[in-house]
Amino acid sequence: MIVPRPLAALLARVYCRTTGSGSSSSSSSGRAFSGVQWFSSLAEPELKVCIVGSGPAGFYTAQHLLKYHKSSVVDIYEKLPVPFGLVRFGVAPDHPEVKNVINAFTQIAHHDRCSFYGNVSVGKDISIEELKQAYHALILTYGAEANRILGIPGENLLGVYSARTFVGWYNGLPENRNLNPELSSETAVILGQGNVALDVARILLSPIDMLKKTDIATHALEALAASKVKRVLLVGRRGPLQVAFTIKELREMINLPGTCPLLNPSDFEGLQQMIKDLPRPRKRLTELMIKAALEKPSEKEAEHRAAATKEWGLQFLRSPVEIVPSNDGKRVAGIRLAVTKLEGSGKSAKAVQTEDVEDLECGLVLSSVGYKSYPIDPSVPFDQQQGIIPNNLGRVLQAPGLYCSGWVKRGPTGVIVTTMNDGFETAVSVLEDVRLGSLNVSASKGGFKDIEALLKQRGVRPVSFSEWEKIDAVEVAKGEKAGKPREKLLGVQEMIKAHP
Amino acid sequence: MAAARRCCSFALRAARPRRRARGPGAASVPLVTQGAQAARSGKSFIHLLNSTQLLVRLASLDARVTGELTDSRPQRDIGQSPAESGDHLCLFPDVRQCEDSSQKPESLTDVVNVTFIDRSGRKIPVKGKVGDNVLYLAHENGIDLEGACEASLACSTCHVYVNEEHFDKLPEAVEREEDMLDMAPVLQLNSRLGCQIILTKELEGMELTLPKITRNFYVDGHVPKPH
Repeated sequence: MIVPRPLAALLARVYCRTTGSGSSSSSSSGRAFSGVQWFSSLAEPELKVCIVGSGPAGFYTAQHLLKYHKSSVVDIYEKLPVPFGLVRFGVAPDHPEVKNVINAFTQIAHHDRCSFYGNVSVGKDISIEELKQAYHALILTYGAEANRILGIPGENLLGVYSARTFVGWYNGLPENRNLNPELSSETAVILGQGNVALDVARILLSPIDMLKKTDIATHALEALAASKVKRVLLVGRRGPLQVAFTIKELREMINLPGTCPLLNPSDFEGLQQMIKDLPRPRKRLTELMIKAALEKPSEKEAEHRAAATKEWGLQFLRSPVEIVPSNDGKRVAGIRLAVTKLEGSGKSAKAVQTEDVEDLECGLVLSSVGYKSYPIDPSVPFDQQQGIIPNNLGRVLQAPGLYCSGWVKRGPTGVIVTTMNDGFETAVSVLEDVRLGSLNVSASKGGFKDIEALLKQRGVRPVSFSEWEKIDAVEVAKGEKAGKPREKLLGVQEMIKAHP
Repeated sequence: MAAARRCCSFALRAARPRRRARGPGAASVPLVTQGAQAARSGKSFIHLLNSTQLLVRLASLDARVTGELTDSRPQRDIGQSPAESGDHLCLFPDVRQCEDSSQKPESLTDVVNVTFIDRSGRKIPVKGKVGDNVLYLAHENGIDLEGACEASLACSTCHVYVNEEHFDKLPEAVEREEDMLDMAPVLQLNSRLGCQIILTKELEGMELTLPKITRNFYVDGHVPKPH
């Protein structure tokens, strides 16, 4: 049966009038019909969205919105002139396949309803309030830039760095390029047993011939070539069943050429029995550690270990209490660790310090105990304790029109698939709110036009995606000369100058 | 019903030339329920309930045809040139998704029919051919399967569940695939990475289910019933 279109349109207008403009306080029946509102207008009203942060969270959230809302316009703002966040500055140089996701993100940025505005620092160059005026929805995806601190004496001595800073240093993050880390002693201690800790250990011990073919920053390559570090110990306050790294990274470490694992057999005795009923990922990971620690190496493996000049180890049930200074009081000479014992088991096991301590000699300490987010603006709610923006499925609590996704939403853990799902979840929350009327899109918004004027007044010059592509081309060309995939430009000024 | 759909499609295309026609798909919004809810509310238009239901059903049809709101899963363009699909999100650089894809198998003996089951439970039959990589086959058919690392075993975004009968026919996963599967959310015994499944004649009839992502996730834009 067909209703003639003019009659159908008339009926729709009648219903739309009775449902009102979709305010969130309307009755459920009104809300049920708000989905029909579009029928009376030829296209869905435009949804202007501002995304703050151009890492995986920003791009995956953008992707979902662009795909499922045909009138959405998505502007991605980024503090640096270059996009992609941790994919560019966090993923290790020897993991180029993980960076393939940049191709998908590039496609998203090329979408005609998507724009990228680099070199704009939200909270400094433009305020959250100004963005709220210009956009229907604001999605915060600016990640976790801060480190959790140890809070122990000696944390500020020369030779003590956060793993994050060290990663930024070898990955060419502009603010870390002058780190000049202490690589003159034989032993480095990494506090923490996650994937970042393993990345740092691997970069410290990898043969230079392997590293020089990657996009590692040249200053880091040169410093590592001259490094005296031969032994890296990853120290964790809990036990083997609580390690946070994952199996792929552990396998890579075990197989790293020129190195030998230092695993204490007594840490692993009896463990095989305990893991029988654990979920598969934990079981396989623990089995690999047990094998590396207890199994007699094959002939080939034994040869490989005998020829190794470097070593790496895992130390469990040790918690740092003090970083011990050298005689002149300026640099780290060692670390004092309290022996701990576990209370409880599995993921929720807690480490409790005992009276016993142990001292480890070392000249480099890297703290890899987790990241934290900063609050971006006083007007945005922030949970200081958890270090995240309080939210429900990506809707910022007590802040209509404000959403979040990625690490700033759920905490700084997980891999690309976790952030992808997370970004989609937040996008769905936005789309639901549009459809249910709790996000009001009836008034049109100025979007970037409004922001552009303000930025100009303040002397801020945004970098467009095509300008990033020019920077990209310069980096790739420079890299080719050195046999690398790219040579990253290290300074914000250099990046901006790299395109006319 | 098909006549109505075509009629609607024609009328809409006249009005909105940029919109793409879509194939049939189940409307995921329970419209009859919405009509019934309106009835219970006691509003003055109740006497037009039958027309309301018709209108709303027509609206959902409209949505199916235009791809707005209820069913915006990107599908192969039907009868529309690539130039018109300006706001279609071309996500996959290596795959000719935007063109009227003529990935027809060379001969009948090459054909492998598989079914994808998307995140809302919808079954999508797909004609693949021997040698096809399931991840890229999904992309060619507009299925929402991400492949962040581009089939290099460095992520688990192409995680799928394989139906039991065909799961056993797949060659065993290499260690590197198992390692990446360990990272996949909601891992099941029949989990595999789509980028590691290559079609053979033996896999005729295979069903590949996309894992549900989160409790909030309705990929086709379904709006949950208001309480």
